[in-house]
Amino acid sequence: MNHLLILPILFPAIIAPLLAMAVRHDIVLARVFSFAATLGLVLLGCLLMWTASDGQIRVYELGAWKAPYGIVLVLDRLSALMVLLTACLATVVQLYAMSGWDRRGHHFYSMFHVLLMGVNGAFLTGDLFNLFVFFELLLIASYGLMVHGGGPARFKAGLQYISINLIGSVIFLMGLGTIYGVTGTLNMAHFAERISQVPESDQAIMAVGASLLLVVFCMKAALVPLHFWLPATYSNAPPPVAALFSIMSKVGVYALIRFSDLSLLQQGGPFAGLGTQWLMPCAVLTLVVGAVGVLAARSLSLQASFAGIASIGTMLIAIGLYTPEAQAAGLYYMLHSTLAVAALFLVIDMVIVRRPGAGDGFDPKPFPNQGFLAAFFFVAALIVVGLPPSSGFLGKLQILHHLKSTDDWPMLWAAILVASFVTLLGFSQAGSFVFWKSSADKKYSPTVGEERQATECESQPLALPATAVGMAWALLVLLTVFPSPVMNYLEATVAQLFDPQQYINAVLEPAKKAGL
Amino acid sequence: MNIALIVLLPLLGSVLPALMIRSGRNSCVASAAVPSFLAFSLLLTHVPAVFYFGTTPKVSWPWLASIGLHVEFWVDGLGLLFATLILGIGLLILIYARSYLAAEDPMGNFYCYLLIFQAAMVGIVLSDNVILLMMFWELTSLSSFLLIGFWSHLPAGRQGARMALTVTGGGGLALLAGVLLLGQVADTYRISEIITRRELIQSSEWYPTILMLILVGCFTKSAQFPFHFWLPRAMAAPTPVSAYLHSATMVKAGLFLLARLWPVLQNDHLWFYSVASIGLLTMLIGAIIALFQDDLKGLLAYSTISHLGLITMLLGFATPVAVSAAVFHIINHATFKAALFMNAGIVDHEAGTRDLKRLGGLMWLMPVTALIAMVAAFSMAGLPPLNGYLSKEMMLEEASHTKWMDSKQVIPTLVTIAAVFSVAYSFRYVFGVFAGRVRHDYPHHPHDPPPGLWWPPTLLIVFVIAIGLRPDIVAESLVKSVTAAVIQDQAPDIHLKLWHGWTPAVTMSGIAVGGGVVLCLMYLLLRKVWDILPRPDAKFLFDALVAALTRGCQLINDFVHNGSQQRYIFMTIATTIALAGWAFASYPWALGERPQNPITAPLIVGWILVIGSTMLVVINYRNRLYALIALGVVGLFSSIGFVYVSGIDLALTQVSVEVVTIILMLLTLYFLPKHSQPESLNWVRLRDACLGIAAGIGMGGMSWLMMTRNWSMESIQGYFLANAKSGGGGTNVVNVILVDFRGFDTFGEITVLGCAGLAIFAMLEGLFRGKLLSKLQCWKPDVVKTADRHPILMVVVTRVLLPMAILVGMFIFFRGHNLPGGGFIAALIVSVSLIMQYMASGFGWAANQIRFKYHGLIGGGVLVAAATGIGAMVGDRPFLTSWHDHWHPPKFMGIDFGDIEAASAMAFDLGVFLTVIGAVMLALAQFSKLGTLTADSRVNQTPMDCDPSRSFSSQHHSPKH
Repeated sequence: MNHLLILPILFPAIIAPLLAMAVRHDIVLARVFSFAATLGLVLLGCLLMWTASDGQIRVYELGAWKAPYGIVLVLDRLSALMVLLTACLATVVQLYAMSGWDRRGHHFYSMFHVLLMGVNGAFLTGDLFNLFVFFELLLIASYGLMVHGGGPARFKAGLQYISINLIGSVIFLMGLGTIYGVTGTLNMAHFAERISQVPESDQAIMAVGASLLLVVFCMKAALVPLHFWLPATYSNAPPPVAALFSIMSKVGVYALIRFSDLSLLQQGGPFAGLGTQWLMPCAVLTLVVGAVGVLAARSLSLQASFAGIASIGTMLIAIGLYTPEAQAAGLYYMLHSTLAVAALFLVIDMVIVRRPGAGDGFDPKPFPNQGFLAAFFFVAALIVVGLPPSSGFLGKLQILHHLKSTDDWPMLWAAILVASFVTLLGFSQAGSFVFWKSSADKKYSPTVGEERQATECESQPLALPATAVGMAWALLVLLTVFPSPVMNYLEATVAQLFDPQQYINAVLEPAKKAGL
Repeated sequence: MNIALIVLLPLLGSVLPALMIRSGRNSCVASAAVPSFLAFSLLLTHVPAVFYFGTTPKVSWPWLASIGLHVEFWVDGLGLLFATLILGIGLLILIYARSYLAAEDPMGNFYCYLLIFQAAMVGIVLSDNVILLMMFWELTSLSSFLLIGFWSHLPAGRQGARMALTVTGGGGLALLAGVLLLGQVADTYRISEIITRRELIQSSEWYPTILMLILVGCFTKSAQFPFHFWLPRAMAAPTPVSAYLHSATMVKAGLFLLARLWPVLQNDHLWFYSVASIGLLTMLIGAIIALFQDDLKGLLAYSTISHLGLITMLLGFATPVAVSAAVFHIINHATFKAALFMNAGIVDHEAGTRDLKRLGGLMWLMPVTALIAMVAAFSMAGLPPLNGYLSKEMMLEEASHTKWMDSKQVIPTLVTIAAVFSVAYSFRYVFGVFAGRVRHDYPHHPHDPPPGLWWPPTLLIVFVIAIGLRPDIVAESLVKSVTAAVIQDQAPDIHLKLWHGWTPAVTMSGIAVGGGVVLCLMYLLLRKVWDILPRPDAKFLFDALVAALTRGCQLINDFVHNGSQQRYIFMTIATTIALAGWAFASYPWALGERPQNPITAPLIVGWILVIGSTMLVVINYRNRLYALIALGVVGLFSSIGFVYVSGIDLALTQVSVEVVTIILMLLTLYFLPKHSQPESLNWVRLRDACLGIAAGIGMGGMSWLMMTRNWSMESIQGYFLANAKSGGGGTNVVNVILVDFRGFDTFGEITVLGCAGLAIFAMLEGLFRGKLLSKLQCWKPDVVKTADRHPILMVVVTRVLLPMAILVGMFIFFRGHNLPGGGFIAALIVSVSLIMQYMASGFGWAANQIRFKYHGLIGGGVLVAAATGIGAMVGDRPFLTSWHDHWHPPKFMGIDFGDIEAASAMAFDLGVFLTVIGAVMLALAQFSKLGTLTADSRVNQTPMDCDPSRSFSSQHHSPKH
């Protein structure tokens, strides 16, 4: 029995209540335990990836109930990769949060770990209803984290966030009910096995159920026109939380890939193309909306939010092609954009805490460590835009390369390149306003009245936040310098995804053997 | 390996000056110069191999082999020439900048950026892979952005930097598309292979697209018309940067690429007409504008544009001889123009201005500087015996016999005009600055600069003269081998010498010099005309364009994301309906055949009540209390519905959840306005009504379709029914599903609930601080409070009910596994009884009675549930594997206890129980706490307002407390 599969869920599930129960009054203890647990998750992620890299798909039967009757966790290359990515991002965010954000409210780390539990569970589960449960977990935790630290703007954005996402949950349930009615199962593999056998009289019902699920996944992924919750949420959430949220949209992308690759594409029979023809135009639209937003935004964090949307668009263009090469390129871009957008949010926060009153708006106001942060912002923005020599460039390059085989490639190329250009323009304007123009007024020298505030700004920690950002970048540098091993893994991942029978057999064989 | 080092040394070395500035400016320069010098030396080691043995050293490592991206470098004649210029002039610039930069300039950053730029530039010219080349290409744009904006306190610097980045970065993206396409057509990204596949590429249908995209990239970089406008603005950079990037190297990157891809892209129609025409036009326009610039660097900038146009035009002629002229002029221009820029920098540095109107007569004060300027400017003008003359002669010669659209006159005429202006502005530079009387109003006291400033340009001047005097020795073989490298063929047999006999070119040269002198003499008159002429201002146009683009994006963005929750929800639901509707319409369906249950009177009543109360909510939603009560009716009828279809567990759960949520909502309602304002316009409400109806029809229709049919596929539910007792040890299948079959879901859901409790706690704690707290403290309740807040009757009844409710809770809990009940329902029942205590006696008093923390209860509950599951893992069973057994205890005092059943699921259920109580009570306690913070709240210390027992006890006991 390989208990490794349950640990990325169980571990945070134990840490979170422990933190709430025993150490909620002592921030140092909370930090120590939480950080140790996060590092533990990184280790687990590595172990999982190492385990999964032999190409075998492993199944964990919860409560020893065989699929499709009980809930199973399924480990393949994709889920292992996503768990590791989550853990790496969590480490970066936790490092950053330790510089002060974790003290601005209560139960930060409890909710942090509940979120991790939800995300890991969503990546590992092989059961559709269980996926819903994990979506709920990460939703509730993300809501708590989103309003962490309080403030009217944050509450207002938080209300929008939760109400739209609750609608999403309802849609998810409706979809699940429909699917359960038609196919009589909730297990993903079982569903994939049965979907092509749906009798004609039930096919329309089945199609509605599946499309409801697609809507939910796209909403999580913030695909236009289901992205409305994202900009206000990300830009009003505490920036470290926004950085952590960059994995949440990837949960949507993951679910989309999993659901469509496993059950629709090849197994789908009559449903093979369901929804996929909408994906590509919507992805292009997402890219456009994101790029327009970056140029239009009037604050750095809003820019970062829209840059996040644009990156979703780019990766879904690749994934929406549904060819193995393009999907591997899309996954590479996903790894890149998760860390890149997170790092950008963290850098922006370093600016915000040093500019009381001005925050991340574009009005010039000198602040301490300006030159250093200017360099940081420059690098962070460069990576997000995807200029060379960043991993974003390699990602885009691969996507462009593989798009060439489609019919609409001139349009898609133009969309990606023009969007890059507009994003570049937006960031260069913002950076020049915030970091350069403010140095025109005078060097940073606080007036007497501002002195107390100024001391506060100057004493803002720099080393720990910079280390956190540096860690994210270090991972991106690895991604840039050694793309080939990464791509090898990703190509193997996609090969696994494009052979759904392997997944189905791994999940359902045990029950069949037992004669159930 | 050592080819890669030529690129890597400056790249890695770029960190050094940024650090070494801490130990002084000289160490900073030295640390920048050393990597640069090492790279230069390494490069020179390849000279023999390339120029004398004709080999091309190459290195290659795979990087992203799957798409053909390799780290590949090669050194051929063209690359070697450019790399020599880049590194050689780079060294001079490094030294020059040491004396140029002021003490307060952040020199470490400057050298750091400069080395990054140098590495990127060397990378461009030595790359053997077009994608790699692209990466270095964009890196030069980025580093030039940083260098132009180096003096970020100057608006011109910031704007110039943004403009340069926008134009060259944008062009770079076009180029990226171009080279990717080129690589796809040529089936390789390796440059040395691409340039051998002319037929393949020119016969491709994509050839025009490739050409246009690449030309956009090259023309933006090399400041060709109509993208030339960024270059003069980039002059806001410190002069060493202008000399290096914007005359000698970066702007030549476009020319380099044109030359590099010349073998495959050139032909005598498309290439000729696009490249040569643009080059000619740029040359002419640049020369004319240059004459009327008062800023020395502006003059040089436009003259650079003009010369870049000249070279572009030569490459566009698409003949081997023209290419050799282009190569020769690249060398010459780099030498004299870099010298001139450094010269302008010296003037600026020493005289304090570079405005031609404020200068003059400096020859007497700065003789060395004047000498440098004269030689370099005369070379630029094309006067013998300097190197500029030689390449210009070659250009004129080529131009004189090139036809443009069957016209023999167009090119020679225009070229001669450009040459006239070129002579004129060169003369203006020399005479305007240095000739004339010494003035007394210079901002500084001009004198010759320290050696660090004058010897780098002098070294370049030596080349200007040496090449001019003996081109056959100094330059001829170089030009030939580079030309051969460009055209990938035998170089034409050219002879570089000062006098070729009386050729058309000499005549044109003569006209140019004569005309130039005339223009200079007529300058004042011409200037008046020029100032009157309307001219489009590129900066204004560009700024307007960017502003319009930004504004447009903002309009779109503000329109789409207007922050209206209503709109966002509308879009979400509308999209859902659209997709689901489309899906339904695209697939076949049939009506179900399941017989309907008979419709009875109670059903009709229930149906009417549910529909009716829903309608009431819709109509009266603005009265919040009313809406809540109506919603309660719907909830209650759902429970009855569950009873009707024999879902007793669900009914119990629904009822208890209903009670708890209504209480929580009432608590929050207290602080909200009792009536909400109509928030939307009529048409919006109509729109939303339509959407609601559509959603309702969809959902209702789907439910009807689903409930009226027999499913053909066997559901997994049969397994649960069959195995609940044997496998799960319980006869209540619902409970066994919850705690066993799908216990993992329940585990997740209790964590959700617990986290919700914590989130509500944390969120409201956030309210208890800062502005919101003061708002809360000033808040006055908008309803009349009852005088009797804690009535004795209620207190007594709830107190009596408490133990009974707990007993019922225990009963429900223990029977759960076999009969309707379970931990979740039990917890809600107990919670309700606790809530009643809060309601009866108030928050202040009740909170004091609680001896445990709800946080702990939540945490403990989840941990108990987890521990149950982990117990199985100890026995090497999967998480949450259940265990159940029954045990018959011996008779005790004649009582038979019967079979006692035990299942591990019960411990799990205990976890559920604890978490639910904790979460519900934590939320409730936090909401109640809100009330205690308001201004008029009286926190009660006693269980009830009027306590008969208190008056009784106070009579009989002495007041000890």
